[in-house]
Amino acid sequence: MSARPSDTATLDRREFLKVSALAGGGLVIGITLSGCGKPADLAKSAVGGQPVAWLKIGGDNSITILVDKSEMGQGVYTSLPMLLAEELDVPLAAIKVLAAPAGPPYINVFMGTQITGGSTSVREGWQKLRAAGAQARAMLLGAAADEWKVDAATLKVADGVVTGPNGQKRTYGELAEAAAKRPAPKDAKPKDAGQFTQLGKPLSRTDTPSKVDGTAEYGIDVKLPGMKYAALAQSPVLGGSVKSVDSSAAEKMPGVTKVLTTKSGVVVVADHYWQAHSARDALKISWDAGPNAHLSTASMRAGLKGASGAPQSARKDGDAASALKAAKKKVEAAYELPLLAHATMEPMNCTADVRADGCDLYVGTQVQQIAQATAAGVAGLKPEQVNVHTTLLGSGFGRRLEVDFIPAAVEASKASGAPVKLVWTREDDMTHDAYRPPAHDTGTAGFDGAGALSAVHIKLTSPSITARMFPPVVEKSIDPFAVEAAANFLYDVPNVSVDYLRHEVGINVGYWRSVSHALNCFVVESFMDEVAHAAGKDPFEFRRALLGKQPRARRVLEEAASRAGWGQAAPGHHLGIAVMEGYGTYLAQVADISVEHGKMKLHKITCVVDCGHKVNPKIVDQQISGGIVFGLSAALFGEITLDGGRVLQHNFDDYRVVRMNQMPALDVVLLDSTEAPGGIGEPSVALVAPALANAVFAATGKRIRALPLAAAGIV
Amino acid sequence: MITLKVNGQTLETDAAPDTPLLWVLRDHLGLTGTKFGCGKSLCGACTVHIDGSATRSCVTQVSAVVGKEIRTIEGLSKDRSHPVQKAWIELDVPQCGYCQSGQIMAASALLAQNPAPTDADIDTAMSGNICRCGTYPRIRAAIHRAAELMKSGGAS
Repeated sequence: MSARPSDTATLDRREFLKVSALAGGGLVIGITLSGCGKPADLAKSAVGGQPVAWLKIGGDNSITILVDKSEMGQGVYTSLPMLLAEELDVPLAAIKVLAAPAGPPYINVFMGTQITGGSTSVREGWQKLRAAGAQARAMLLGAAADEWKVDAATLKVADGVVTGPNGQKRTYGELAEAAAKRPAPKDAKPKDAGQFTQLGKPLSRTDTPSKVDGTAEYGIDVKLPGMKYAALAQSPVLGGSVKSVDSSAAEKMPGVTKVLTTKSGVVVVADHYWQAHSARDALKISWDAGPNAHLSTASMRAGLKGASGAPQSARKDGDAASALKAAKKKVEAAYELPLLAHATMEPMNCTADVRADGCDLYVGTQVQQIAQATAAGVAGLKPEQVNVHTTLLGSGFGRRLEVDFIPAAVEASKASGAPVKLVWTREDDMTHDAYRPPAHDTGTAGFDGAGALSAVHIKLTSPSITARMFPPVVEKSIDPFAVEAAANFLYDVPNVSVDYLRHEVGINVGYWRSVSHALNCFVVESFMDEVAHAAGKDPFEFRRALLGKQPRARRVLEEAASRAGWGQAAPGHHLGIAVMEGYGTYLAQVADISVEHGKMKLHKITCVVDCGHKVNPKIVDQQISGGIVFGLSAALFGEITLDGGRVLQHNFDDYRVVRMNQMPALDVVLLDSTEAPGGIGEPSVALVAPALANAVFAATGKRIRALPLAAAGIV
Repeated sequence: MITLKVNGQTLETDAAPDTPLLWVLRDHLGLTGTKFGCGKSLCGACTVHIDGSATRSCVTQVSAVVGKEIRTIEGLSKDRSHPVQKAWIELDVPQCGYCQSGQIMAASALLAQNPAPTDADIDTAMSGNICRCGTYPRIRAAIHRAAELMKSGGAS
């Protein structure tokens, strides 16, 4: 997801840093945002039984941050505490990380709800957390200055110990209680970049040790006293429902304690997971196929191609229609994108403990408040009666923005009077995803009499994710998450129009890492390659010449071409290039391939990135590299197909992903930049497919206009 | 009751004999470091050592491993001191981390058999283990690093 509409909403949407005392003598700093919640007395207001807080400094010298973003591999349990550690002048290791509960104080300012997505975590925390850290530091120093009757400016801090002009020393823990009684300072300013001692350093991740010894706890690992396990049988046809069920055989199987029919499907509850799983196979269910009984990939593609109606305008510079009419030469092309599954390593799961007075929900989620409201609705409770415990996520990629795996666990717990852990199988996961939207998109370009590119018209046709997930967003405007990497068309062309036609396909589509960037970057960057070819120009030089007004884009493009040896490819090697801006980050990629006997061998992907300030360059590198691998799986193999409303892929044998032996060399270069941090979790995904497809054209003269590459027989 | 030798301990379980070892480890014995990924021996997240060999526990019936030495990520070392764990920490290999128990068990089995694997050896041994975060380049580098650590004295 992209946060473009409110990227500027940071400190100018004034945050209220609220301060209160912690029982037992300590300091609590909370942040609430105007319009997002009442800045009530923090110590009294409790969400999930915990004080609403961001930062707690205990009398015992403990420093705790409640991280509002879910750790799904993108490093927020490291990079967000680093923002505080820097301002507090304490080592990262001194800060204990806890997952924040659900609640308005943890709303993502960029997104309007508590959400880990849109590559926003560091961008959103960049000012907020540094401001909180600076404020806490000022209050602690103020307490020491008062005690010693000196000017706070004369104090020094190192490793959480404040030293006075005469050598007096106090730890943060010793100062916390007095600090909490002070008014919040108004002028506590975060450090300037030149003063950073930790930000910008490749510090080791805080979560690594627990991830090499088996102690890291994911949702699937949660264990509660008296807990039962559940398996769920869902309609094989997407959108279908249970007509009737004969559970007599299943109920007699060992360990089975309950079988119940829910809106999600039939749930089998047992003493152990394998018992529930085995008994599920013994259910005899008659399904009502619902409206998708005849839905197929062919019908979906035809529907998108033939979709009619008035499109919405995402970008209009000049008059592309007139310029195209007047053009002396035109280029036209159509592109198709398939449905894709998220295929997180950890299959969907949820543990619910429903009681008469409340519910505890243990879940790897990217949307705590939506999870809370969903569970509350099913359990018949108020949202505030549901405590959301966010576990580590066995990756997210947008899949855990969905809450479809929560209701059945809640219903099963309520019916069982016990905590229940419900686990989907890989096949459940693959066949019941909210898939990346399919699309049928077109590009039209025109050259004027002088041979200059005079107009580009991009028309995008796809279903809207946001219309289902956040309907108010699209009531009055275009779905911003359908036109990324197209509405911000980078090239200097006098007449540009980008239109979006929303066309629903009958099944749920979902946010998938980099969302529409990955669809539209393939379309725009493949098309610009075609336009370059039609103009008889080198694809790199052609792009470069049109990026005069986009210095950041031009810089990454030039660096990538230079690093990858553009124009000097090894014998038999061919290069393809792509450039994009997404999430405030500029990137260019070059794919280096050879083709033998009609099959492609991918040698190397070069990726040059300008993402502004890098809070932790090691984590940035991980995200950029990992995004390339994720994009590569999709570009090479990714395709979910349907027949009779059923998904035809079930597991990693028929939904292939990149493995170790298929890895190209990666050359990731992070440029120095003093711009504000850009998002890094998603954008690199999007450039892989166009860079590869353009390389295939360079090698073979064959244009790849539909993904995946495997469908063209070249993989 | 079935008696198993897990991480050097003798443990008993009342699981049915055809239960996959994965679920016995996770649900009956509380060893949740071994992960469920695919259930079909396609992703490697459930990899454990059976008599020293990397084995997919999701397709291994518990009755088939009676009397054998079962080692899980929890038993690789007491204190993350196995050379593979050390190398994984040094290179900050994990991202989401979910596949890493299986990756580490596959890598440690490889190194026990082949103390100086080539890139081709690593491809052969590790291509059954999927990582959706794309940590493959660091996994490869960490296996080479672990080989170095073992050579310079860290016993496995």
